[in-house]
Amino acid sequence: MTGLFWNLLLATCWVFLTGSFEVLNYLFGFVIGYLVIALVHNLVPALQDYPQRLPRFIAFLVYFFRQLVLSNIKVASDIVTPPWHMKPGVVSFKLLAETDLEITLVSNFISLTPGTLVLDVSEDKTTLFVHAMFLHDEDQVQADLRQLEQRLLQVMR
Amino acid sequence: MTEFFISLLLLLAAVVMLLAAIGMLRLPDLPTRMHATTKSGVLAVIFIMLAVALYFERMDITARVLAIIVFTLITAPIAAHAIGRAGYLSGVELWSQTVRDDLKDYYHNHDKVHEDDSAST
Repeated sequence: MTGLFWNLLLATCWVFLTGSFEVLNYLFGFVIGYLVIALVHNLVPALQDYPQRLPRFIAFLVYFFRQLVLSNIKVASDIVTPPWHMKPGVVSFKLLAETDLEITLVSNFISLTPGTLVLDVSEDKTTLFVHAMFLHDEDQVQADLRQLEQRLLQVMR
Repeated sequence: MTEFFISLLLLLAAVVMLLAAIGMLRLPDLPTRMHATTKSGVLAVIFIMLAVALYFERMDITARVLAIIVFTLITAPIAAHAIGRAGYLSGVELWSQTVRDDLKDYYHNHDKVHEDDSAST
Protein backbone atom coordinates (compact mmCIF):
# COMPACT_ATOMS: atom_id res chain seq x y z
CA MET A 1 0.00 0.00 0.00
CA THR A 2 2.80 2.46 0.84
CA GLY A 3 4.44 1.54 -2.45
CA LEU A 4 1.34 2.44 -4.42
CA PHE A 5 1.03 5.68 -2.46
CA TRP A 6 4.60 6.68 -3.27
CA ASN A 7 4.16 5.71 -6.90
CA LEU A 8 1.05 7.91 -7.19
CA LEU A 9 2.92 10.72 -5.45
CA LEU A 10 5.80 10.46 -7.92
CA ALA A 11 3.34 10.42 -10.82
CA THR A 12 1.64 13.55 -9.45
CA CYS A 13 5.04 15.24 -9.12
CA TRP A 14 5.78 14.37 -12.74
CA VAL A 15 2.44 15.85 -13.85
CA PHE A 16 3.09 19.06 -11.92
CA LEU A 17 6.64 19.37 -13.21
CA THR A 18 5.71 18.83 -16.86
CA GLY A 19 2.61 21.00 -16.46
CA SER A 20 0.25 19.07 -18.72
CA PHE A 21 -2.70 17.55 -16.87
CA GLU A 22 -3.64 14.71 -19.15
CA VAL A 23 -4.40 11.06 -18.61
CA LEU A 24 -1.56 9.86 -20.80
CA ASN A 25 0.95 12.12 -19.11
CA TYR A 26 -0.20 10.90 -15.70
CA LEU A 27 0.19 7.30 -16.86
CA PHE A 28 3.66 8.10 -18.18
CA GLY A 29 4.56 9.65 -14.82
CA PHE A 30 3.25 6.52 -13.12
CA VAL A 31 5.49 4.31 -15.27
CA ILE A 32 8.53 6.50 -14.52
CA GLY A 33 7.66 6.47 -10.81
CA TYR A 34 7.42 2.69 -10.93
CA LEU A 35 10.86 2.43 -12.55
CA VAL A 36 12.35 4.75 -9.91
CA ILE A 37 10.85 2.67 -7.12
CA ALA A 38 12.08 -0.52 -8.79
CA LEU A 39 15.59 0.97 -8.77
CA VAL A 40 15.59 1.87 -5.08
CA HIS A 41 13.32 -0.81 -3.61
CA ASN A 42 16.23 -2.79 -2.11
CA LEU A 43 17.29 0.19 -0.01
CA VAL A 44 13.89 0.98 1.49
CA PRO A 45 12.28 -1.78 3.59
CA ALA A 46 8.73 -0.45 3.15
CA LEU A 47 9.00 -0.68 -0.63
CA GLN A 48 10.60 -4.14 -0.60
CA ASP A 49 7.88 -6.16 -2.33
CA TYR A 50 6.12 -3.41 -4.28
CA PRO A 51 7.86 -4.00 -7.67
CA GLN A 52 6.58 -7.60 -7.76
CA ARG A 53 3.18 -6.71 -6.43
CA LEU A 54 2.11 -4.20 -9.06
CA PRO A 55 2.52 -6.59 -12.05
CA ARG A 56 0.63 -9.24 -10.05
CA PHE A 57 -2.14 -6.72 -9.44
CA ILE A 58 -2.37 -5.89 -13.14
CA ALA A 59 -2.29 -9.60 -14.03
CA PHE A 60 -5.11 -10.15 -11.53
CA LEU A 61 -7.20 -7.39 -13.09
CA VAL A 62 -6.71 -8.89 -16.57
CA TYR A 63 -7.52 -12.38 -15.31
CA PHE A 64 -10.59 -11.12 -13.45
CA PHE A 65 -11.95 -9.14 -16.38
CA ARG A 66 -11.49 -12.17 -18.63
CA GLN A 67 -13.40 -14.34 -16.15
CA LEU A 68 -16.11 -11.69 -15.89
CA VAL A 69 -16.67 -11.60 -19.66
CA LEU A 70 -16.35 -15.37 -20.20
CA SER A 71 -18.76 -16.36 -17.47
CA ASN A 72 -21.19 -13.60 -18.45
CA ILE A 73 -21.34 -15.22 -21.88
CA LYS A 74 -21.92 -18.61 -20.26
CA VAL A 75 -24.80 -17.38 -18.09
CA ALA A 76 -26.24 -15.33 -20.95
CA SER A 77 -26.26 -18.28 -23.33
CA ASP A 78 -28.17 -20.35 -20.80
CA ILE A 79 -30.70 -17.57 -20.32
CA VAL A 80 -31.38 -17.17 -24.04
CA THR A 81 -31.73 -20.85 -24.96
CA PRO A 82 -35.03 -22.38 -23.82
CA PRO A 83 -33.93 -25.61 -22.04
CA TRP A 84 -32.02 -25.10 -18.77
CA HIS A 85 -28.44 -26.38 -18.88
CA MET A 86 -27.68 -25.11 -15.41
CA LYS A 87 -27.37 -27.21 -12.29
CA PRO A 88 -27.55 -24.82 -9.36
CA GLY A 89 -26.45 -25.79 -5.88
CA VAL A 90 -24.86 -24.48 -2.71
CA VAL A 91 -21.30 -25.69 -2.05
CA SER A 92 -19.06 -25.00 0.89
CA PHE A 93 -15.65 -23.57 0.11
CA LYS A 94 -12.80 -23.72 2.64
CA LEU A 95 -11.09 -20.35 2.88
CA LEU A 96 -7.35 -19.75 2.86
CA ALA A 97 -7.97 -16.09 3.64
CA GLU A 98 -7.79 -15.26 7.32
CA THR A 99 -8.37 -11.61 8.16
CA ASP A 100 -11.75 -9.93 7.78
CA LEU A 101 -10.51 -7.73 4.94
CA GLU A 102 -9.21 -10.69 2.98
CA ILE A 103 -12.44 -12.63 3.44
CA THR A 104 -14.48 -9.61 2.39
CA LEU A 105 -12.46 -9.08 -0.76
CA VAL A 106 -12.39 -12.76 -1.69
CA SER A 107 -16.15 -13.12 -1.28
CA ASN A 108 -16.69 -9.87 -3.13
CA PHE A 109 -14.77 -11.09 -6.15
CA ILE A 110 -16.40 -14.52 -6.00
CA SER A 111 -19.79 -12.82 -6.06
CA LEU A 112 -18.70 -10.67 -8.98
CA THR A 113 -17.91 -13.58 -11.28
CA PRO A 114 -21.18 -14.77 -12.80
CA GLY A 115 -22.19 -18.29 -11.91
CA THR A 116 -21.08 -17.95 -8.30
CA LEU A 117 -22.71 -16.00 -5.48
CA VAL A 118 -21.63 -15.99 -1.85
CA LEU A 119 -24.63 -16.69 0.37
CA ASP A 120 -23.02 -16.85 3.79
CA VAL A 121 -19.85 -17.17 5.86
CA SER A 122 -19.66 -19.75 8.63
CA GLU A 123 -19.39 -18.30 12.11
CA ASP A 124 -15.79 -19.44 12.63
CA LYS A 125 -14.82 -17.66 9.36
CA THR A 126 -13.33 -20.75 7.74
CA THR A 127 -15.97 -21.61 5.17
CA LEU A 128 -17.84 -19.72 2.51
CA PHE A 129 -21.19 -20.98 1.27
CA VAL A 130 -21.27 -20.33 -2.44
CA HIS A 131 -24.30 -20.67 -4.68
CA ALA A 132 -22.98 -21.93 -7.99
CA MET A 133 -25.05 -21.98 -11.14
CA PHE A 134 -23.11 -24.61 -13.09
CA LEU A 135 -22.40 -27.43 -10.69
CA HIS A 136 -21.78 -30.13 -13.30
CA ASP A 137 -18.30 -30.77 -11.99
CA GLU A 138 -17.84 -29.77 -8.38
CA ASP A 139 -14.04 -30.17 -8.41
CA GLN A 140 -13.85 -27.79 -11.34
CA VAL A 141 -15.93 -25.17 -9.50
CA GLN A 142 -13.80 -25.56 -6.36
CA ALA A 143 -10.59 -25.28 -8.41
CA ASP A 144 -11.81 -22.09 -10.11
CA LEU A 145 -12.71 -20.53 -6.76
CA ARG A 146 -9.35 -21.57 -5.33
CA GLN A 147 -7.49 -20.03 -8.26
CA LEU A 148 -9.33 -16.73 -7.86
CA GLU A 149 -8.66 -16.70 -4.13
CA GLN A 150 -4.97 -17.50 -4.50
CA ARG A 151 -4.40 -14.85 -7.13
CA LEU A 152 -6.10 -12.27 -4.95
CA LEU A 153 -4.14 -13.29 -1.84
CA GLN A 154 -0.87 -13.06 -3.77
CA VAL A 155 -1.67 -9.44 -4.49
CA MET A 156 -2.63 -8.67 -0.91
CA ARG A 157 0.06 -10.44 1.07
CA MET B 1 -12.50 4.98 -35.16
CA THR B 2 -13.14 6.16 -31.61
CA GLU B 3 -16.75 6.77 -32.58
CA PHE B 4 -17.00 3.15 -33.64
CA PHE B 5 -15.55 1.88 -30.35
CA ILE B 6 -17.88 4.10 -28.33
CA SER B 7 -20.93 2.82 -30.23
CA LEU B 8 -19.73 -0.75 -29.88
CA LEU B 9 -19.28 -0.40 -26.11
CA LEU B 10 -22.69 1.21 -25.63
CA LEU B 11 -24.35 -1.44 -27.77
CA LEU B 12 -22.63 -4.23 -25.81
CA ALA B 13 -23.75 -2.66 -22.55
CA ALA B 14 -27.33 -2.46 -23.79
CA VAL B 15 -27.27 -6.11 -24.90
CA VAL B 16 -25.85 -7.25 -21.56
CA MET B 17 -28.54 -5.34 -19.67
CA LEU B 18 -31.24 -6.75 -21.93
CA LEU B 19 -29.98 -10.28 -21.23
CA ALA B 20 -30.05 -9.52 -17.50
CA ALA B 21 -33.67 -8.40 -17.80
CA ILE B 22 -34.62 -11.55 -19.71
CA GLY B 23 -32.81 -13.63 -17.11
CA MET B 24 -34.72 -11.87 -14.36
CA LEU B 25 -37.99 -12.94 -15.99
CA ARG B 26 -37.00 -16.46 -16.99
CA LEU B 27 -34.84 -17.82 -14.18
CA PRO B 28 -36.64 -19.99 -11.65
CA ASP B 29 -35.50 -18.87 -8.18
CA LEU B 30 -34.00 -16.03 -6.16
CA PRO B 31 -30.26 -16.90 -6.15
CA THR B 32 -30.14 -17.60 -9.88
CA ARG B 33 -31.92 -14.31 -10.52
CA MET B 34 -29.32 -12.53 -8.42
CA HIS B 35 -26.70 -14.18 -10.66
CA ALA B 36 -28.31 -12.72 -13.76
CA THR B 37 -28.85 -9.18 -12.53
CA THR B 38 -25.83 -8.17 -10.45
CA LYS B 39 -22.92 -9.40 -12.53
CA SER B 40 -24.26 -8.28 -15.87
CA GLY B 41 -25.22 -4.98 -14.25
CA VAL B 42 -21.60 -4.46 -13.24
CA LEU B 43 -20.29 -5.44 -16.67
CA ALA B 44 -22.77 -3.09 -18.39
CA VAL B 45 -21.82 -0.20 -16.09
CA ILE B 46 -18.14 -0.80 -16.86
CA PHE B 47 -18.83 -0.76 -20.61
CA ILE B 48 -20.96 2.41 -20.44
CA MET B 49 -18.40 4.20 -18.29
CA LEU B 50 -15.54 3.25 -20.61
CA ALA B 51 -17.56 4.65 -23.49
CA VAL B 52 -18.11 7.88 -21.55
CA ALA B 53 -14.38 8.17 -20.81
CA LEU B 54 -13.51 7.58 -24.47
CA TYR B 55 -16.06 10.12 -25.62
CA PHE B 56 -14.91 13.00 -23.41
CA GLU B 57 -11.18 12.17 -23.16
CA ARG B 58 -10.76 14.50 -20.21
CA MET B 59 -8.81 13.90 -17.01
CA ASP B 60 -11.57 14.95 -14.60
CA ILE B 61 -14.19 12.80 -16.31
CA THR B 62 -11.86 9.80 -16.55
CA ALA B 63 -11.15 10.10 -12.82
CA ARG B 64 -14.87 10.09 -12.07
CA VAL B 65 -15.39 7.17 -14.43
CA LEU B 66 -12.74 5.17 -12.56
CA ALA B 67 -14.36 6.09 -9.23
CA ILE B 68 -17.78 4.97 -10.49
CA ILE B 69 -16.37 1.65 -11.73
CA VAL B 70 -14.56 0.98 -8.45
CA PHE B 71 -17.61 1.82 -6.33
CA THR B 72 -19.91 -0.37 -8.42
CA LEU B 73 -17.38 -3.20 -8.14
CA ILE B 74 -17.39 -2.83 -4.36
CA THR B 75 -21.11 -2.34 -3.73
CA ALA B 76 -22.90 -4.55 -6.27
CA PRO B 77 -21.75 -7.93 -4.88
CA ILE B 78 -22.48 -6.82 -1.33
CA ALA B 79 -26.04 -5.99 -2.32
CA ALA B 80 -26.36 -9.34 -4.10
CA HIS B 81 -24.97 -11.16 -1.08
CA ALA B 82 -27.31 -9.33 1.31
CA ILE B 83 -30.41 -10.00 -0.80
CA GLY B 84 -29.43 -13.62 -1.45
CA ARG B 85 -28.71 -14.32 2.21
CA ALA B 86 -31.85 -12.57 3.43
CA GLY B 87 -33.90 -14.53 0.91
CA TYR B 88 -32.30 -17.81 1.93
CA LEU B 89 -32.74 -17.19 5.65
CA SER B 90 -36.35 -16.10 5.31
CA GLY B 91 -37.06 -19.45 3.68
CA VAL B 92 -37.42 -18.68 -0.02
CA GLU B 93 -37.52 -22.04 -1.74
CA LEU B 94 -34.62 -22.97 -4.03
CA TRP B 95 -35.37 -24.29 -7.50
CA SER B 96 -36.67 -27.85 -7.54
CA GLN B 97 -33.68 -29.04 -9.61
CA THR B 98 -31.06 -27.62 -7.26
CA VAL B 99 -28.53 -30.42 -6.92
CA ARG B 100 -27.17 -29.82 -3.43
CA ASP B 101 -27.39 -27.48 -0.49
CA ASP B 102 -24.48 -27.43 1.95
CA LEU B 103 -25.87 -24.41 3.73
CA LYS B 104 -28.95 -26.33 4.81
CA ASP B 105 -26.79 -28.95 6.53
CA TYR B 106 -24.80 -26.18 8.16
CA TYR B 107 -27.82 -24.44 9.64
CA HIS B 108 -29.38 -27.75 10.54
CA ASN B 109 -26.32 -28.87 12.56
CA HIS B 110 -26.00 -25.40 13.96
CA ASP B 111 -29.53 -25.34 15.32
CA LYS B 112 -28.93 -28.76 16.81
CA VAL B 113 -25.85 -27.50 18.66
CA HIS B 114 -27.85 -24.61 20.05
CA GLU B 115 -30.66 -26.92 21.10
CA ASP B 116 -28.16 -29.18 22.86
CA ASP B 117 -26.75 -26.15 24.65
CA SER B 118 -30.13 -25.03 25.88
CA ALA B 119 -31.02 -28.60 26.84
CA SER B 120 -27.89 -29.08 28.95
CA THR B 121 -28.10 -25.75 30.77
